[in-house]
Parts: sequence; structure tokens; C-alpha cells
Amino acid sequence: MIIHHPLLGPRDASEFVYLGDASLMNRPNPKSETAADDFYSYQYLRDNPMGEHRELWYHEQGDRSWLVVTRNTLTHDITKVELARDVARAQK
Amino acid sequence: MGYSAFRILKEAITGHKGWKPVWHKAEPLPEYDIVIVGGGGHGLATAHYLASKFDQKRIAVLEKGWIGGGNVGRNTTIIRSNYMLHENEAFYEFSLKLWEGLEQDVNYNAMVSQRGVLNLYHTDPQRDAYIRRGNAMLLNGADAQLLTAEGVRKMYPFLNFDDARFPIRGGLLQPRGGTVRHDAVAWGYAHAADKRGVDIIENCEVTGFDIKEGRCHGVQTTRGRIGAKKVGVAVAGNSGRVMAMAGMRLPIESHVLQAFVSEGLKPLLDGVITYGAGHFYVSQSDKGGLVFGGDIDGYNSYAQRGNLPVVEDVCEGGMSVMPMIGKARMLRMWGGIMDMSMDGSPIIDKTHIDGLYFNGGWCYGGFKATPASGYSFAHLLATDSYHETAKAYRLDRFARGYMIDEKGQGAQPNLH
Ligand SMILES: Cc1cc2nc3c(=O)[nH]c(=O)nc-3n(C[C@H](O)[C@H](O)[C@H](O)COP(=O)(O)OP(=O)(O)OC[C@H]3O[C@@H](n4cnc5c(N)ncnc54)[C@H](O)[C@@H]3O)c2cc1C
Repeated sequence: MIIHHPLLGPRDASEFVYLGDASLMNRPNPKSETAADDFYSYQYLRDNPMGEHRELWYHEQGDRSWLVVTRNTLTHDITKVELARDVARAQK
Repeated sequence: MGYSAFRILKEAITGHKGWKPVWHKAEPLPEYDIVIVGGGGHGLATAHYLASKFDQKRIAVLEKGWIGGGNVGRNTTIIRSNYMLHENEAFYEFSLKLWEGLEQDVNYNAMVSQRGVLNLYHTDPQRDAYIRRGNAMLLNGADAQLLTAEGVRKMYPFLNFDDARFPIRGGLLQPRGGTVRHDAVAWGYAHAADKRGVDIIENCEVTGFDIKEGRCHGVQTTRGRIGAKKVGVAVAGNSGRVMAMAGMRLPIESHVLQAFVSEGLKPLLDGVITYGAGHFYVSQSDKGGLVFGGDIDGYNSYAQRGNLPVVEDVCEGGMSVMPMIGKARMLRMWGGIMDMSMDGSPIIDKTHIDGLYFNGGWCYGGFKATPASGYSFAHLLATDSYHETAKAYRLDRFARGYMIDEKGQGAQPNLH
């Protein structure tokens, strides 16, 4: 798999470390009344879809940026790569 | 008529005209007592034990493809019970005992071969960890032997003992571990279950559950609706997708694991070896191919094929511990989809929906679990209580904080 890094261009996936579903960027609110349940779902439960999946990859052997990669889990095709920080800022 | 040496003789002199299909192609009935979703090793074993040990009737196994097309026919066939945590070790030892009697039980030659599984160690801390694990195995009634480098050298003189970076210092041997012909496990369980009247229905994909007022009344399939008093799901890498149809999110990610076979070679390796300093394990099949594998690719996948970095990593591991492997050519490689759980251990449990039961999260080690998984799932389906060796495999253990994490990696499936 080749990941098209927004800053560095095409990079081999082996330069990256995979974390998992991009929803891991959205930590629950620890002050919420449902915090215990929310953190349980956040930490342990996954959608695990077949098909399009937004996921976090860390460019450990490169510029150490976190990327949000949109990838098809059935074909391994990558359709979108964003800097995680841009995604996080856009969410605010 | 069953399979026996006498039968082979008889068929030989009568022109092999009497062999029948190993199981029937059943047509689905409108209703069963128990429907098992997934005709892999675990689903078929469950059906067999339900019918033979728990006296259940009217059972069907629904398989979306064909029997043996999933992981049960894709794995590297290794069986062992060399875990450290009690919650796992008692279960896997129960499984190994069932393997030892499997062929008589199902009347099918599964080529169970207890040729020994040897885990190499390369450092003092690793030796200490293996001593601890070996003791945990002994405490659970399994067998374990600690070997020095000399002991390993006597077994496998060709290994790379004096490597500067990762010298082989010894190994933990489980003599009762070994390999089993994986396809024959699926066929054997299918054969035995079929003989007891279980309907094995292939090309029948489950596409939904009939859930009303918190109770599951059956399944929707590509071959119509099938009613059931109880539904047990054992679909390995597809667990997430299938349970999503019941509105559940699981503590599981699906990942791809690759395996490799070399060209056929003369007999050179009569046991199973795992490298302790890299991701590589190997055995030799009866056809002569070296069957080997390593780590999972590490990202969510349903593709049943992996990528080249892992091929390179596995082959490097092979070259490092067993340099002569470099002379052999690789013949085939393939991938299978693992249900990697959040603590690396499996789940055999009821769900919050009455009549719906779940078996999954087997990661890359579910083949050796096949008999005990089938037995304990059958126990749960038939009696609504947990088998004593599978009590810890609860679905809610993550919420309760009772992880069974052999490696101590935390909730990161690709590290287990
Ligand atoms: C390359 C590789 C090497 C491995 N090596 C080992 C090893 O050496 N030792 C070991 O112990 N384990 C090993 N494993 C793990 C082991 O193979 C699995 O954990 C185990 O086989 C999973 O259980 P199963 O046999 O029931 O799965 P499967 O055979 O995958 O059965 C699940 C079945 O469910 C069916 N299914 C899915 N969705 C539906 C649906 N909607 N409706 C109906 N049916 C459905 C699938 O078609 C499939 O046939 C390995 C796995 C792989 C991929």
C-alpha cells in the first residue's frame, strides 16, 4: 500500500504505524454523566466496517505526523489522506 | 458405514465404488431448534458436540460459501496449549485433550500429529518468562520442558545458534503440541455432525436476524427465512459485520494474516519451531512444503490477501533463524481474516438479545481452539451455562476491567 502523504507525497505503508479507527480522535467528555459508558465504547468497541474506513496512521519513520486515511478494507484502495491536525481543527 | 482400515481394504478390492459423500447437501427447513451461523471449524464442532454430547436435535449449520473455505482451511495447522494465564491455559489444555481423541470421536482421519512445538529463546529474560509460562502450563495439567541450547541443537542442528545479535539460548518445548490436517478437521466434524442428523447448508449467507422484543426468533438468509429457538454465531473474521446486523458493536477489529508454503522438500523438520526474536514460525507438511508465517499485517482488512512488507518481514525472520530456508523457493502465499479482539483472547457468550449467542475473537490462534470452542459453545447453547474452562470469555469483561491479555498490550488489536 502506498499512502499519499499530504506533505511528503507517496510513501510506503511500512513507514507508518497503524492505530485504528479515526473515531479515536474524539475522546469522550470525562465530565459527562455517561462518561464510564462513553469511555468503554471509545476504548473497546469498533464499527469494524467492510468497505470505507477512516483510520489513523502515524508516520513514525518520516515526519511523525498523524494522518487520517480513508481506505477501503475490502480492496485496500486509499481514496483520501488528510493531516489529522487539519481534521481536528475543522471539527472545532 | 464408517471409515476404518477394513473399509479401505474392502473398497480397494471392490474398485472404490462404495465411497459416499462425506456429508449430505441439506436443503434448509423452515425451522430448527438451534441454528449455527458459520460453517468453519468452530461452527461445525459446535454442531457436532450439540448433537453428540448434549443430546440436541434439529440443528442446522448455515455457511455462506462452502465448508472449509474460511480460516479453518487457511491456517498453518498448529495446535498447542502453551498459554500463561489461567483463563486461557485451562481452556487450551482442554482443547488439546479433545484433539487427542478427535479422530476416534468423529471417525475421520484428521492426521493429528503431536510432533512437538518448540518456542526458542534468545535472552536471559526471555528464558525466565518461558520458565514462568512452562510452570503455568504444568499447573494446568499440560506438558512443558525447558531445553538448553544443547537440547535444541540435538533436535535441530541446522538452526542459527551462534548468531551475533540473537543467539539461540534454548527453548520451551511442548511435546504434545503439533499439527493437524486443517481441511480434514472441517470435513471430519461435518461428517460426524451430518451422521447425527445435523443439516449442513452451504451457499446460505445469513443477511439478518429476526429480533422482536429483545428475542431472536431466527435468521434471514439468501435462501429464505429460517426460524430458530436459538442462534449461535461463529463467523470468525466476519464477526463485526454479522453482529452489526443484530445492532451490536464488538470489541473486535478484522485483520489479515498471511501464510506461506515453500516448494516440496525432503523431510528436514519433524516438529514446529517458533523464532523468539522475530515474527516467524515453521513446520513441514507431509507433502514436503515448509509451512510458515509470522505477524498479522496490522491494519483493518477483509481482503483475504496481505501486503509485501509482511512477506519481507517473515522471510527475514526465517533467514535469521534457519538460514538454509533461503535455498527453498516460495510456492504459495495467502491470507485469512482474523477477528482480533481487544485483549487477544476470545469471546464465548450470550448476548443481550435472548436466544442469540456469540463465539468469536479468536485472533490468529483459533484453530487449536476448535474442539474446545465447539464444546463450550455447545455447552452454552444447550444448557445456558458456561463450560468450566470457558467461564472467563465474557463479552462484558472489557467493561468490567477483566481483560485476559497474555501479552499485556492493552486495547490495541494489532499488537496481540
Ligand atoms: C494464515 C492463518 C494462519 C493461522 N494459523 C493458525 C495456527 O497455526 N494455529 C491456530 O490455532 N490458529 C491459526 N489461525 C487462526 C484460525 O484459523 C482461526 O482462528 C479459526 O479457524 C477461526 O474459526 P473458524 O474455523 O470457525 O473460522 P472460519 O473457517 O473462517 O469459519 C467462519 C465461517 O463463517 C462463514 N460466514 C461468515 N459470514 C457469514 C454469514 N453472514 N452467513 C453464513 N456464514 C458466514 C464464513 O464463510 C466461514 O466459512 C490462522 C489463521 C490464518 C488466516
